[in-house]
Amino acid sequence: MIAEAGLIALWLAASMAFLQFALCAIGLVKGQDEFFAAIRPVAIAQGLLVSLSFMLLVWLFVRSDMSVKLVVANSVAIKPLLYKITGTWGNHEGSMLLWVAIMGLAGACIGIFERNLKTKTLVTTLGAQAFISIGFYAYLLIASNPFERIFPVPADGQGLNPLLQDIGLALHPPTLYIGYVGLSIAFSFAVGAMITRDVGPEFAKAMRPWVLGAWVFLTLGITAGSYWAYYELGWGGWWFWDPVENASLMPWLAATALLHSVTVLATRDGLRAWTLMLAVVAFSMSMIGTFLVRSGVLTSVHAFAVDPERGSFILALLAIYIGGAMALFALRVGTVKEGSQFEPVSREGALVANNLLLSAILGIVFIGTLYPLVVEGFTDEMISVGAPYFNLATGPLALILVAIMAAGPLLRWRRDQVNALLNRISIPVFLTAAALFGLVIFTTSMSILSLLGLALAAGIAVASFAPLWKRNLRRTPMHVYGMVLAHFGVAVALVGMASETSFTEEKLVAAAPGDEIMVNNWKVTFQAIEPVAGPNWTALEARVTAQYEDQAIHEAAPQNRMFASAQMQTSEAALLTRWNGQLYVVLGDSDEQGRWQLRIWWKPFVTLIWYGGVLIALGGLLAMVGRLRRAVRQKQQRAYAEAVL
Amino acid sequence: MNRWLLWIPLVLFSLFFAIVAAGLMRPKDNIIESKMIGKPIPEFALPAAIEQRPALTTADLATGKPQLLNVFASWCVPCIAEAPQLLALEQAGVSINGIASRDTPEDIANFLNRWGNPYVRIGTDVRSSVQLELGSSGVPETFVIDGNGVIVHQHIGDIRKEDVPELLEILENAG
Repeated sequence: MIAEAGLIALWLAASMAFLQFALCAIGLVKGQDEFFAAIRPVAIAQGLLVSLSFMLLVWLFVRSDMSVKLVVANSVAIKPLLYKITGTWGNHEGSMLLWVAIMGLAGACIGIFERNLKTKTLVTTLGAQAFISIGFYAYLLIASNPFERIFPVPADGQGLNPLLQDIGLALHPPTLYIGYVGLSIAFSFAVGAMITRDVGPEFAKAMRPWVLGAWVFLTLGITAGSYWAYYELGWGGWWFWDPVENASLMPWLAATALLHSVTVLATRDGLRAWTLMLAVVAFSMSMIGTFLVRSGVLTSVHAFAVDPERGSFILALLAIYIGGAMALFALRVGTVKEGSQFEPVSREGALVANNLLLSAILGIVFIGTLYPLVVEGFTDEMISVGAPYFNLATGPLALILVAIMAAGPLLRWRRDQVNALLNRISIPVFLTAAALFGLVIFTTSMSILSLLGLALAAGIAVASFAPLWKRNLRRTPMHVYGMVLAHFGVAVALVGMASETSFTEEKLVAAAPGDEIMVNNWKVTFQAIEPVAGPNWTALEARVTAQYEDQAIHEAAPQNRMFASAQMQTSEAALLTRWNGQLYVVLGDSDEQGRWQLRIWWKPFVTLIWYGGVLIALGGLLAMVGRLRRAVRQKQQRAYAEAVL
Repeated sequence: MNRWLLWIPLVLFSLFFAIVAAGLMRPKDNIIESKMIGKPIPEFALPAAIEQRPALTTADLATGKPQLLNVFASWCVPCIAEAPQLLALEQAGVSINGIASRDTPEDIANFLNRWGNPYVRIGTDVRSSVQLELGSSGVPETFVIDGNGVIVHQHIGDIRKEDVPELLEILENAG
């Protein structure tokens, strides 16, 4: 009965979404406020019902109810509990239900908390949000019902893709989805504002926390995904420009641009049309990314099942939402008045440059991701655009962007002097030059991009703190600290990336037990190889000890796992982390003489890549909390002033 | 601002829509006739890509026995998907020659260590010049070559499980 209850809850949630949209549409046409009053409770009811539906699906997975088709296809009774739960969204139907559940909850949050917007804009936003949800409900109920039963009931399920049985990947999709859905709200805000022609600082202030929140989750999701690929694929790399990775990077790039342009709109009432466009593009990129991953049009190591029929359905949704929003943009933006003006050398100017560079990088990644498809379409050849293209094309732009990031926060709004700016950034510029000089002299064979990256990172690390210079640190608003932290995080991540790319040392050896291998300052000893067994896998495990210079001896145990239920082999790398880097050991195959392949990397400062990512997200979080607190305080002050008067 | 500029996003999106819609419509298993079929392998001599395997020249491909010539790269994602099928072909006794396109020895060694090494010989094609001469513009790509060094079949894209019997049959007929 649980499955039926879940399906009923889903249908009810869908009808609530329909009601929500209808109330908004009728209210707008008739101009009657009583329709508007009902929309908040309906949005809350929709959020609760769809969450209930999702919770019931989780329950089915926890109980391993093998009468449900989705559970059979993606679970197995002997699996650990945690992966039974995460198995709920480790598949197509479940993840779509998770998506629409988060979307419903976000709508409910707007219904409960949003008090800044004019009623009409708020209602239109909720209407637009419901309109998007209706498509997803239709998709779930018509094309991919997660609660479908199977008869006869099989004895056991088919298991979850072993690559997904990992805590990193278990938490990765929900994190990204929260980000995507946050962007759907920014999109709905933009559509609402275009319909009511109410674009201004108030609108930007209402939208900003949602954009910040979405961006924080996207940043965390991408960081976690990168670390997962790094240790789980056993490949030693942290970014592969795989279409699925690009699918999450593209919305992040758009959201980063949006985050900065919405600040210009909120603070200076500039960049109105551009901000609206970015809000539309950011969500479009989430949808397009989902589509590319789900439809099977692109080949990828971790794409979901190939299914053109479902692909067509999502493509139709894309056409309605994105095409519709872009048509609305073309029709309405002309009537949105231009905001205030500014000089090229100003805070706004730097933010415009930031936006243009981010958009250019987004364009490059987008084209690179789609290029194989285009070539296939015109020439019947299949090609893969690889890391060489992406690194070469995006690297230089990213470095320019980072340089502007150092200077931007030191510029004044509206108009500034070039000389004054040069004066302010003289120390970071000097540091960059000194670092560059030092690197050129003391290191060999660094690629030009890593060289510039490392040198720039030195400058930015200092420049990112410059906005706090000569300020009363206690009275500095929290969002300034957020910006400082996020920009500093970029410098940290950049050091990690450049250092990993340039200074990684690698040994590939065929070793017999007792052999010693030197990698950098590590002495790695291959002790033994033993079979081990887990709940649903067996493995060969190498016992390895490693010693950094003359310090304590560490133990590591890289494995080759065989999963019975999916007939699949995975490689569990062993990682030893020190403050200055990571030792990464992978166990390979054996040869006829009983020797085993061992691949050992020493990756100096590689962990800074993800620490940087976490700092960036933390900065975003600080900014969001700071903005929200400020909004609440200002409202209280206004209420107080009114009461006194 | 010109009013018609505002329509550019929609136009770009329509273009995207057309491309992916066409991609969705196209059946994935269409057989592609290649212009290289029936022509002998062009003259080339590529240095060895890794220490463990010998270099590759045109002469190695006309030994009287049909062989496979596989163009791959460590940075190519479909090549990972293809790896088990190449190993299966090797198990079936096929001799497979590799051309590593735009790659470094370290990356090639990493790739082969991770996903298996089915190759008898591997030449490194740093500027992908030989690849272009072969009429191949992408990776992965696989040629079936008969005993006289003439290309009898070209497989574009990754070799899937279902392609293996077909390739074995073509190799059989080429002998």
